[in-house]
Amino acid sequence: MSTSKLLAEKGQQLLGWVDERFPLTSTYKAHMAEYYAPKNFNFWYFFGSLALLVLVMQIVTGIFLVMHYKPDASLNAAGVPVAFASVEYIMRDVPGGWIIRYMHSTGASAFFIVVYLHMFRGLIYGSYRKPRELIWLFGVGIFLCLMAEAFFGYLLPWGQMSFWGAQVIVNLFAAIPLIGPDLSVFIRGDFVVSDATLNRFFAFHVIAIPLVLLGLVAAHLIALHEVGSNNPDGVEIKKHKDANGIPLDGIPFHPYYSVKDIFGAVVFLIVFSIIVFFAPEGGGYFLEFNNFFPADPLKTPPHIAPVWYFTPFYSILRATTSDFMWALGALVALTGGLTVLTAKCRHVKLAAAAVTVVALLAFVLIEAKVWGVVLMGGSVLIFGLLPWLDQSPVKSIRYRGGLYKSILAVWVVCFIVLGYLGVQPPSPIGNLVSQICSWLYLAFFAFMPWYTRLDKTKPEPERVS
Amino acid sequence: MRLFTKSLAVALFGLAALGAQAAESVALDKAPLRFDNASLQSGAKTFINYCLSCHGASAMRYNRLTQIGLTEQQIRDNLMFTADKVGEQMTVAMRHDDAKRWFGAAPPDLSVIARARASGDGSGADWLYTYMRQFYRDDSRPSGWNNVIFPGVGMPHVLWQLQGMQVAHFVEKDDGHGGKVQHLERLEVVEPGLMTKQEYDDEVANLVSFLTWMGEPARETRHLIGWVVIAVLSVLAVLTWMLKRAFWKDVH
Repeated sequence: MSTSKLLAEKGQQLLGWVDERFPLTSTYKAHMAEYYAPKNFNFWYFFGSLALLVLVMQIVTGIFLVMHYKPDASLNAAGVPVAFASVEYIMRDVPGGWIIRYMHSTGASAFFIVVYLHMFRGLIYGSYRKPRELIWLFGVGIFLCLMAEAFFGYLLPWGQMSFWGAQVIVNLFAAIPLIGPDLSVFIRGDFVVSDATLNRFFAFHVIAIPLVLLGLVAAHLIALHEVGSNNPDGVEIKKHKDANGIPLDGIPFHPYYSVKDIFGAVVFLIVFSIIVFFAPEGGGYFLEFNNFFPADPLKTPPHIAPVWYFTPFYSILRATTSDFMWALGALVALTGGLTVLTAKCRHVKLAAAAVTVVALLAFVLIEAKVWGVVLMGGSVLIFGLLPWLDQSPVKSIRYRGGLYKSILAVWVVCFIVLGYLGVQPPSPIGNLVSQICSWLYLAFFAFMPWYTRLDKTKPEPERVS
Repeated sequence: MRLFTKSLAVALFGLAALGAQAAESVALDKAPLRFDNASLQSGAKTFINYCLSCHGASAMRYNRLTQIGLTEQQIRDNLMFTADKVGEQMTVAMRHDDAKRWFGAAPPDLSVIARARASGDGSGADWLYTYMRQFYRDDSRPSGWNNVIFPGVGMPHVLWQLQGMQVAHFVEKDDGHGGKVQHLERLEVVEPGLMTKQEYDDEVANLVSFLTWMGEPARETRHLIGWVVIAVLSVLAVLTWMLKRAFWKDVH
């Protein structure tokens, strides 16, 4: 017997030994070699695997940063906060430290770019629709974790924007009636953002949130592989199978999509490298200039702007002033009225009417500041309702009508305008524009059950095109 | 009519707010940065002679100056006044609390000042270049000095012997709310310094170049490695594309 044959036999034996004790081969088959994905994935389908790549990159670079970073707000002998100085230590005295740090700081922004595009893909091809509601909900959970992770991480360099950004956001919780002020002290662990805050944010950033994040990513993927991927046509490939039970329009994830995603990853890394090596500050958007000043509790910066990926939601917060409550009340009254008029069940009609009345009363009784916080949180959480708000007979934008397409286009414009206004200092005109955009942003979700029914859709094909 | 007045008031308020925003931004001169060793060494000399008495650069070590073409011996002989070892950080002896009492605010650490001072108005270097050239005499200030782009600055004009003494001429302008604001018309040198204007501007440009370099000493390396990484990734992109195409031949 030749050596290679012998080796192959030994290898088979070893694999058999493992398989009797751990589902190695079957797991590999279920998730790679015999996971059938639709063959018509396009450009938009790169961003899922890219999000996973960025996640791994953030974890690996994060581990190396933790080896040198010190979460300590006290001043060193030179009068610089230890945490701030340790970041500069990484940038200068740790060999290769600057590349690790820039990868991590650029990675944060890249993560949001990739995830926003990934979510938009889900939006245009109806990937959240039945039977993928749970994939979408896990995804919304991942997005929330990501925002928390970015928020906690941003305090760590202990610069001016870290400090004052955290101060502003934690103070939002103080707006909650009754428990608010005590709650914000509980979160900070102090009456102002301080060493106690820095230490707990560090713990959340490196342990708590990443653990939850990884769990949710696993759940997201398991749910996806249970029901199978959607595709740009929004039709189920599992409806047409061959004699072996393999979808006719499906191809095994490995090797087809593994090689394709590797190519996508390399192209992404080229763009990523251009930023890391030639513009790591991202024009002041990825690393804010003011954050190169060490945190100073006695010096409030004239303009506190969150990092760009939070700004659409921050704009909604700022737009919610007392004069905006009328517009918001009108939106709720309209949605409630439509529900009462169109619902088939009497209990639903009654419940909708009651909720509307209670909401309108609450708008009058509770100050606008509180509603700003509610709307900011709500404008993120509302994504989770999409599977049930969308009543269109088709999933993909390819077969939707002009009504839906125009409304989606307006919504996208509003999202971008809100993001832009969130980095600008407040101004009366900007405020008016952001109020209009916030209203339209919310209306996109609120009226979805009706306009998706009214929309003139085209017939879906039987098979993917 | 009331609606008209209201909308007019809103429009005026909008304009005033925009005007107020415009007033916040300052006109900065573009800093002529030069990153050759001679300029950086000259800037380092100015920094160590004039700035490092009060301002530390605690993220910076003396021996990092070897990156701009100095030998450790040269650094020891010419640039180290308060440190013993060449690997030490550029710190000052002045205590933080004392400095706060004397100047009203402790002089900030300058390690990353050129990155911190960047804004929508210009780069951090532009800000520093403008700042160091726009000190003027102001007897109402405790130090006797004030600055055009940093009103009420705590620092006296440390380079005044080089630049000479400037006075500021202001004109009163309407602030749009019926009040008046002081608006700088020009700066005038009333007592010449050791340098001509051109020489002084050059000196400051070198200093600002050094501060910019010091803000991120790895910058040059970063660019070099960047080209290599992007070149390698580009080759990899072609190869992975060919791999993808080869595998996908049978998918129709």
